[in-house]
Amino acid sequence: MYAAVTLLGVSLSIFVILRILPGDPLVAILGVEGHARMTPADRVRIMADLGLSDPLPVQYVRWLGDIAAGRLGKSFFRGDTVADLITHRGPISAEIGVLALFVSWIVGLPVGILSAFKPNSVPDGVARMLSILFIAIPGFWLGMLIVLALLFWFGYKSPFIIVHVWEDPWTNFQMVVGPGVVLGLAQGAYIARMSRSCLLEVIGEDFVRTARAKGLKEGIVVMRHALPNALLPVITISGVLLGFVLGGSVAVEQAFGVPGLGRALVTAVIERDIIVVQNLVLLYAVIFVVVNVLVDLSYAWLDPRIRYS
Amino acid sequence: MRELLVEIARFARRNRLAAAGGLIGLSIVLVALTAPWLAPRDPLKADFRRMNKPPDSQSFLGTDQVGRDTLSRVIYGARTSLFVAFSAVLLGTTVGSLWGVACGYLRGRFDLYSQRVMEIMQSFPDLILAMAISMAMGTGLPAVILAIAITRIPFGGRVIRSVALSVREMPYVEAGRASGASALRIMALHVLPQCIAPYLVLATTHLGVAIVIEAALGFLGVGVPPPTPTWGNMLADSITALVPPWWLAFFPGLAITVTVLAFNLFGDGIRDTLDPRLSPAFLRMMTGGRRA
Repeated sequence: MYAAVTLLGVSLSIFVILRILPGDPLVAILGVEGHARMTPADRVRIMADLGLSDPLPVQYVRWLGDIAAGRLGKSFFRGDTVADLITHRGPISAEIGVLALFVSWIVGLPVGILSAFKPNSVPDGVARMLSILFIAIPGFWLGMLIVLALLFWFGYKSPFIIVHVWEDPWTNFQMVVGPGVVLGLAQGAYIARMSRSCLLEVIGEDFVRTARAKGLKEGIVVMRHALPNALLPVITISGVLLGFVLGGSVAVEQAFGVPGLGRALVTAVIERDIIVVQNLVLLYAVIFVVVNVLVDLSYAWLDPRIRYS
Repeated sequence: MRELLVEIARFARRNRLAAAGGLIGLSIVLVALTAPWLAPRDPLKADFRRMNKPPDSQSFLGTDQVGRDTLSRVIYGARTSLFVAFSAVLLGTTVGSLWGVACGYLRGRFDLYSQRVMEIMQSFPDLILAMAISMAMGTGLPAVILAIAITRIPFGGRVIRSVALSVREMPYVEAGRASGASALRIMALHVLPQCIAPYLVLATTHLGVAIVIEAALGFLGVGVPPPTPTWGNMLADSITALVPPWWLAFFPGLAITVTVLAFNLFGDGIRDTLDPRLSPAFLRMMTGGRRA
């Protein structure tokens, strides 16, 4: 319920940002010079064409109606509809996101556990330094360096025409593996940090002492008793990190030259293609909100003590 | 003054990494301030006799496609990047914190609605919100600063609100209320001072984030418009070449990484020192206020 209200607020803020802040949307689309060159008649015609001459509340309600009806509009400069963009490029970005999530857990969790096993040991120190480093490195720069290194030493260039996984899995994999791993490592660093501190907190609790006192092996104490109790905050942060993945993927896709949804958004922003920007930004926000609702719901399932009314 | 130095010495002994981070951060700030004297060449001056030169004795970090000196551009880039990051964090975190104080102290309907609004602001991935705002306002230095600042507001709001919530229950605040002080007076004189430590922690933590967002905006071509040298713009310039020269791609990114690393280390140290209790609050902030 809250999520629905939030989403309504999200759509309203996008509308306010893109329609009201700049004053004249035509200036935003055509730039100051292009706008000055137009005759008043042109102006009125184009505004009417775009549906921009109606009162703002009418425009807003119509936009919501369009979305509800599945009409996402089309680019001002090209023929592509936003729906085409999403169905064509969306899968690539979705694969990158899922791969990043997967990599972050596969790398982050074991590193965190390893750190918490022997805090302040040498492996722990190395792991912590690495996670601090990977949090600081901008993903798009790491991506650029990887692309450059591959090109320079191996003469390799990843495919740059969209190939979906159902057409040619191997080519598709080459497209998404770079951005996925780069984004995944940065999130993995946060997950390692988080799982380490949560595990250490849980390991200090009474039931862990009990488990040790009854003579269980240290491995079983940590993996079976402590870990499940430490995972909840790690799952939460993973939901929050999705925001970094969604935002970061826009820049990382650009660095790798992968034609995903993020690049479509960047192109639209540079060309000031308001309709496309409006709907894509909404899409990103909707994904973010929905995933975090799912994370919230997964609590009740993971931890029977939590019930939502 | 002496006491301050003793405090700093103690901080440095206890948090060596943080002290190193602070020192590096400080020197980068100094480099940014003294850029006109430090930079060997004019960062905007093209030199067509020296285009695409790898690092050599004349230009230590090489030159770009139109012969501009990379080292000078990285040094001047520090200026823009740090100016944007500092202004954005100062603006965003301050507005957010004041809002948070009001929410936490006043409670009630104001708090309820404010929380919803902040939740909506946090429903956007940072970079995407910043892109949309800076596009709407027309790219330029003020637009970029404001765009990044707006994304920082809810973080300040949430953390400081939780501090204000606990401070408002303290006896001395109650005493102030009992003696007839206005809400504004109590907030300004009694609640606000308690928020300074968490505010500093927040601000240093978010400096790194702001620098990365600024660089990403520049890299995507929606940041501070060229020819102003910023680290993000330099990275964007470098990939326009078919085979980008490595020095153009490497050094600006290295500058970003070192700066962010320095501020993050310093921020972690400050957090541990100023307010160890803040860590759970920080965690809640990261998780968007949900409680497990």
